This record gives sequence, structure tokens and C-alpha cells, in this order.
Amino acid sequence: MAAGGGDVNLFAEAMAYLFDAARWTAADGFGARILEHLAFSGAVLLVAAAIGIPAGVLIGHTGRGRDLVVALTSGARAVPTLGLLTIFGLLLGIGLEAPFLALVVLALPPVLAGAYAGVESVDRLVIGGARAIGMTERQILTGVELPLASPVLIGGLRSAALQVISTATLAAYLSDTGLGRPIFEGLKSRDYGLMLAGSILVALLALVIELLFQAAQSAAARRAEPLGTPRTTARARASERNSA
Amino acid sequence: MTTPIRRAGLALAALGTAGVVLAGCSSADPLEESPSTAPSGSSESTTLVVGSQDYYSNEIIAELYAQGLEDAGYTIDRQLRIGQREVYLPEIESGSIDLFPEYTGPLLQVWADAPEERESDEVYAALTEAAPEGITILDQAPATDQDSYVVTREFAEQYDLTTVADLANVDVPLTMGANSEAETRPNGPQGLADVYGIEVGFTPIEDGGGPLTVRALQDGDVQLAILYTAQPEIAENDLVVLEDTEGLFLSSNVVPVASDRVDEEAQAVVNEISAALTSDELIELNRRSTVDQSPAADIAAAWLEEQGLLG
Repeated sequence: MAAGGGDVNLFAEAMAYLFDAARWTAADGFGARILEHLAFSGAVLLVAAAIGIPAGVLIGHTGRGRDLVVALTSGARAVPTLGLLTIFGLLLGIGLEAPFLALVVLALPPVLAGAYAGVESVDRLVIGGARAIGMTERQILTGVELPLASPVLIGGLRSAALQVISTATLAAYLSDTGLGRPIFEGLKSRDYGLMLAGSILVALLALVIELLFQAAQSAAARRAEPLGTPRTTARARASERNSA
Repeated sequence: MTTPIRRAGLALAALGTAGVVLAGCSSADPLEESPSTAPSGSSESTTLVVGSQDYYSNEIIAELYAQGLEDAGYTIDRQLRIGQREVYLPEIESGSIDLFPEYTGPLLQVWADAPEERESDEVYAALTEAAPEGITILDQAPATDQDSYVVTREFAEQYDLTTVADLANVDVPLTMGANSEAETRPNGPQGLADVYGIEVGFTPIEDGGGPLTVRALQDGDVQLAILYTAQPEIAENDLVVLEDTEGLFLSSNVVPVASDRVDEEAQAVVNEISAALTSDELIELNRRSTVDQSPAADIAAAWLEEQGLLG
């Protein structure tokens, strides 16, 4: 609906908000909102990791319950977070509890999938070798499987973090928290410059966190496979085994 | 294994979506095709375009107009649930839409800068004055649908509250719950402080006075909330509307906005519908939508029948 020139003005308005020092220093300014957003997203991710990683590792290690988890996680991905938030809100009332739970449900599938897929992808020959030299199951898990699984596992966390940071704007649906506040306020009062300013901050935040996880993931990959790309050789060996 | 669980997930998903009313952001532009511009001759050959806001109650009222006019022999092109005022108002002003249910107070605020009027008749008179060329304001209905501050019955009795000014009696800190835009608009905490001298905190609840807001009131997370007076939730949850004695809120009666193409006969049909539309009737219409989940067209047809406005 907006005329062509309106878009440019909108961006200029957003920039004016972002470069207004008073907007940053206020008690409910952008600075405080970013910290709230990070703290809330971080707490969600911690809880999702505390549940998802042990469960995923256990499933990947034992191979049991995989079908159930695949079904649950793909089902959970289909649940719209805003709908879930409303249901939890009606059960728990307003505040941070309902958005927290809804976001944990959002974050759990990628964390869980990363953990079990990571552990599962470890070459069975390597595990067999570890067992042959007398490592206990616990040592195999912590000394062999987890380090080798860590790039994929961190990939799961990375994907979850990205979704949580961008969706944590919904916390403002029921509470005075996070970068969703300027977005909702701008949307509802037709101050689209403010809305865009909030959106830009969320996008930047997601980008920074994404880069951090990417670095962690590469570091883990280097540690897991210091000699280059054994993944392809492992796969080659597996196909040799099958054709033999 | 996979299928039943996934199906359960989808069912949950559907349930979740049903509980949520998303603000209007339809990507399709229903007005892209310009409506028929047949010259208004005999009423039988005229096609009138009836529009509505993206608000269930407004859609029901638009259906009342549309079905009443169809019954009188007019052909109606429905452009319902178009969106927010800034989207559809230019279409009305340009004559692309012929008839639209509006609300006197908010519409006056668009056409007049910071209006002084507060009482229903004054607002209506000012609105007919302020309306641009080519737009006719038909008779306003007795029904109002306007912002109001509500509290729970228990809270009202505890502090003996009947008017907004009585909030001064409350000796605990007050928090208002409403959509986030109320924080900076005159109907929110600032207006309450300016007009009544009462200071309150603010918590955003983005469901427009819906079930989450009601829940927050009942939990005591907020002590007062902004609801529309025509919302069935007020009676259903035994909430108390605080009387606005100082005119903080503009009166907001339901009023049809018409183009020149709506001839006298059509105006008479719509005015008859407006005359029958009282606040209680409007709440009942809304209740049939929110509680009984009936479609707007069915609700409108049944009501017109009950009121003897057809035939």
C-alpha cells in the first residue's frame, strides 16, 4: 500500500531511532531491551539444552527410542509458537512463564535432533575399537562419542538459538520484556520506524549469536577431526564394507 | 508410529491457532479490481460495495447492512475484513467502497484534530460536520463499542468502585493491562493521570482485551484493563465497567459511512437497521460469534429475521 518513497523514509525513521542516544540509555531503552532479550533467550536455551542434550545423547548411544523422538520432534515443529503461547498464557497467566515454556518447546526439537544425530553419526568401527582397547561405556561416551558428535550437536544448539532469539520477541505479548516491546508498540501505534528499529536489532543480535556458534562449531569440528575430512573416508569405508 | 503422533501434533497446532486472533495483515488486496462503476439508476441495477474492518464484530454489522440491502433488491459486492482504518479509509474517501460500519469517536479523531467533543450526540454532530465531500454519515446506532476501564466484581466491591474517579480510593499500587499502544495513547495510563490524576503502572497484553487479559485481571496480575464495551467477555466474567465521568474516552457509537451511490431508499434500509441495533443487541451478536462460533453471515441473517427487518 505504501508509496515507493515511503520505504526510504521508514528506514530513515528506524535509523533515527537507532542513533538516538536517549533511546539507548533510558531504563526501558534499547540497551536494556537487548539485555532482557539475551538473558531470556539464554535461559530458554539452557533449559532446552539441559533436557535435550542428555536425552539425545542417550538415544544416539543406545539407538533406542529413535522413532518416538523423530515423531515427537517433527510434530513439535508443526506447533505454532504463538498458539502455544496463548494456551500456556491461559493456563499460567501473564508474565514470562508462558513464553518461556512455549520457546522451550520451540528449541527442544533442534537440540534433541542435533544431539542424537551427532552421536549416531559416530562411526561404529571407532566405537568398536574403543571398546576393544578396554574403554568403559562411560569412557566411550565422554571420550569418543561426545567429542566426535560435538560439531553436529553444536549445530543443533545453533539452530535452536537462532529460532529462540528471533521468536523471543513474543515474550512481549504477555510481559514487559525484550526487543518485542518496540516491535509490538510500533506495530500497534503505526510507528513503523520504531517497529523496524526493533526488528533490525533482533536481526543483528541473531546474526552475532549465529557467528559465535559458527566459530564454536568449527572449533569443535577441528578438534573432532584434526586430520581433515575423515567423514568422507568413513563413508567410503562403510560403502566398501557393504559391497564386500 | 509416526502418523498418529504427528496427527496429534497437528491437532494441537490447530487448537493453538484457533485461540489466537492475528492482527490483520492479509497480503491480498481485495480492492485491486475496481468495483463496478455502473451509473446509479434504478435501485435494482445498482451494485453497492460493502466493506468491513478486520474485526469480527464489525464484519457482523457489515453483513447486517449487506443482507438488509440485498433483501431490498440491491446487488452487494462484499469486501469484508479489509484491515485497519488507514488502509480502508482512503478507499471510502475515493468512492471505491460505498458502505462501511464505523465508530463515531475514532473516526472523528481521524477527520478532526484533537476533538473536544465527548458526548454521543456532540461527537455525532461533529462527525457529520467533519466528513469529507462525497461522504454521507447515516444515522448512528444506539449501540456503542468503545474503550472502557474494567475491573473484577470482587475488586470493585472491595474498594467500592463505580466510576473511574473512584480508583483514587484504592490504597494498593494499580497496574493497567492493555495492548502496548495504550502506553503512549491518551486512553492509557497517561490519559488516566492527566484527566483523573490517578497514577498506574502498565503491563502489555497483546490480545486486545481477550481471554489473556481477562485471566490477568482474575489473577490480580493487573487490577484494571481496557476492554471494548461491546465485548461479551465483560458480562460473561462478571467484570465491572468503571463509568467515565470526566470524558476520558470519546463516545463511540456504531455509525454507517456511505458514498453518494447509496440512494435514499438504501439509506432508509440501513437507518432502520441502525435504529434496532442497541448495545445489548450488539453484545448478543458478538456473543454468538465468540461463544457460539457462528459465521458472521448466519448471525446477521438470524438477527435480521428476529428483528423483522426482512421482507
